[in-house]
Amino acid sequence: MATTVQTDAADLKANSSDAVIRVEEVHKYYDLGEQKVHALRGVSVSISRGEFVAIMGASGSGKSTFMNILGCLDKPTQGHYILDGTDVSELTKRDLAAIRNRRIGFVFQGFNLLSRTTALENVELPTMYSRVNRQERERRAKDSLELVGLGNRLDHFPSQLSGGQQQRVAIARALVNQPSILLADEPTGNLDSRTSVEIMQIFQELNDKGLTIVLVTHEHDIAQYAKRNIIFRDGKIRRDELVQNRPVASEMLKTLPTLED
Amino acid sequence: MDFVSILKIAWRALARNKMRSILTMLGIIIGVGAVIAMVGLGQGAQQQVQQQIASMGTNLIFVGAGSMNRGGMHIGWGATKTLVYGDAVAITRECPSVAAAAPIDMTQKQIVFSGDNWYTTINGTEPQYFDVRSWPLAEGAPFSQADVESAANVAVIGETVRKNLFGAVDPLGQTIRIAQLPFKVVGVLVQKGQSAAMGNDQDDNIYIPITTLQKKINGNTWLRMIMVSAKTKEDSYAAQQQITSLLRDRHRIRAGTDDDFFVRNLADVAEVADQAGAVMTMLLASIAGVSLIVGGIGIMNIMLVSVTERTREIGIRMAIGATEEDVQSQFLIEAVVLSCMGGAIGILFGIGSALILTNVLNWRVSISIAAIVTAVVFSMAIGIFFGFYPARKAARLDPIEALRYE
Repeated sequence: MATTVQTDAADLKANSSDAVIRVEEVHKYYDLGEQKVHALRGVSVSISRGEFVAIMGASGSGKSTFMNILGCLDKPTQGHYILDGTDVSELTKRDLAAIRNRRIGFVFQGFNLLSRTTALENVELPTMYSRVNRQERERRAKDSLELVGLGNRLDHFPSQLSGGQQQRVAIARALVNQPSILLADEPTGNLDSRTSVEIMQIFQELNDKGLTIVLVTHEHDIAQYAKRNIIFRDGKIRRDELVQNRPVASEMLKTLPTLED
Repeated sequence: MDFVSILKIAWRALARNKMRSILTMLGIIIGVGAVIAMVGLGQGAQQQVQQQIASMGTNLIFVGAGSMNRGGMHIGWGATKTLVYGDAVAITRECPSVAAAAPIDMTQKQIVFSGDNWYTTINGTEPQYFDVRSWPLAEGAPFSQADVESAANVAVIGETVRKNLFGAVDPLGQTIRIAQLPFKVVGVLVQKGQSAAMGNDQDDNIYIPITTLQKKINGNTWLRMIMVSAKTKEDSYAAQQQITSLLRDRHRIRAGTDDDFFVRNLADVAEVADQAGAVMTMLLASIAGVSLIVGGIGIMNIMLVSVTERTREIGIRMAIGATEEDVQSQFLIEAVVLSCMGGAIGILFGIGSALILTNVLNWRVSISIAAIVTAVVFSMAIGIFFGFYPARKAARLDPIEALRYE
């Protein structure tokens, strides 16, 4: 039996019809030979359009498994995951790939850019898998890069960019096909404190414009920049609460020392 | 993803590791090159044989003394003594499809001219021989029927004899000694080259009247061979049958008994030579083809390494929306680009080697369009076949695992 603790605000959202993500009693088992790992033990949650959610939890809490399912990289063993009105638990691999291409944007901890291609081409990559013609592809990619403030670095290779810039390219790539949600797995894990806040600023700006963002982090400070925190423990949601006294990244940046100091 | 984009990505991926790509292609280059060169050699040899056979004369039929094994081997040639001069006359007179027949006997002797000597074949025949063989003279004229009737000591020599015995001296009118007997040279034959059917140098021969040969030199009364020309190529098979039945009749051979002679149509010889040539070409090509297989294995090996190296990249592509088919085609096309480029370079390499062989070894080479097209198709097939397993492996990767790969 689930013993999740939910606040009133979260209850309200569960009933909202504007849910981009609806997870219903999802279980995930992994078969490791003799052992069966019960990674998710009945998770139910609802995330509405325009929300900014941070998911936290220790290793083995199930948060990574949950993210993989949200990102359609994996299917739940039991239960349903409804994304933007579509129950993805029943879809074929091909359909899931299409959803990952068009409805979901990924940002990873290690940036995961292709090293021997330029920033522009990296951002174009999702459009190449969605049958967009050449001019449209370039236009969208350029717009995306503008959005993250890298309009003047189109021809740079990842090796020529700093960590923060690389992550911005990754965010631009995630946005190029105008997805419903942006999923970020420890996006600031490989960045220094100031750059981390710069990235959170971008996320906050995108969220202010209406983009739904779900990110996973183990850093409490970073989780505060989101509007809602969901904490996992032992395969279940333990806490689901709105953030109080949420910091604004752009303000924080003014107080933080720069790298030169 | 559209084909052009996939092609570009494949090209980039191969260009990333130029050395590796070149080394992998080397297997295909050598394989295709070897096949092209071998087929070129084989077909060139075939053509050469055909030309030589054609140079022997058209519509030619050999009638030889002695029995013949099936398959065209001249076993027992000259073993019987039943072929006679009368047979040659009868063939000319009584076979409607025959244009002319020349009686032939031969021996090998040393011939001498002013201090030089040369060991060659002395053929005894009649003037119509040169028509039957379609063999014009470079100088002088053949001996006449009158020379035959009087067993005159006159000789017509081949180009090789002329070169070795006379050098720069004009042979016409000169006297040579054959078996101690003096002979006057009345003609020099045009050069014909090697005979593929008989396996000897056609120009290394001397022709004298058959009567002279048999009365003054070897004392035979029977013939080794009768060379017959049919009226037209189409007549040659009919002529063959007419000669066979005529001789069986003349030699009183009962039904069921083997002939004591053989009748060979030059067209048959050409056919046999052609088939033999084709078999040889096929054999050469197959051996060379083995190296193509090895080249293909090389491609599979490298593609497997490539897939493992790029596991992370594959994971990323899948995460942002590449389907299994997208990943599979990407790697398959890489393999095909490798094999086709190798094939194209291999074709050039093969043609190049063939040309070198032609110039250095004086072997004839014939490169056909068919061989090149086959090579192209084969290269593509090798790429697809050997690239399939690695491509499949790439497509089957689990994106989550792949993303975690270091």
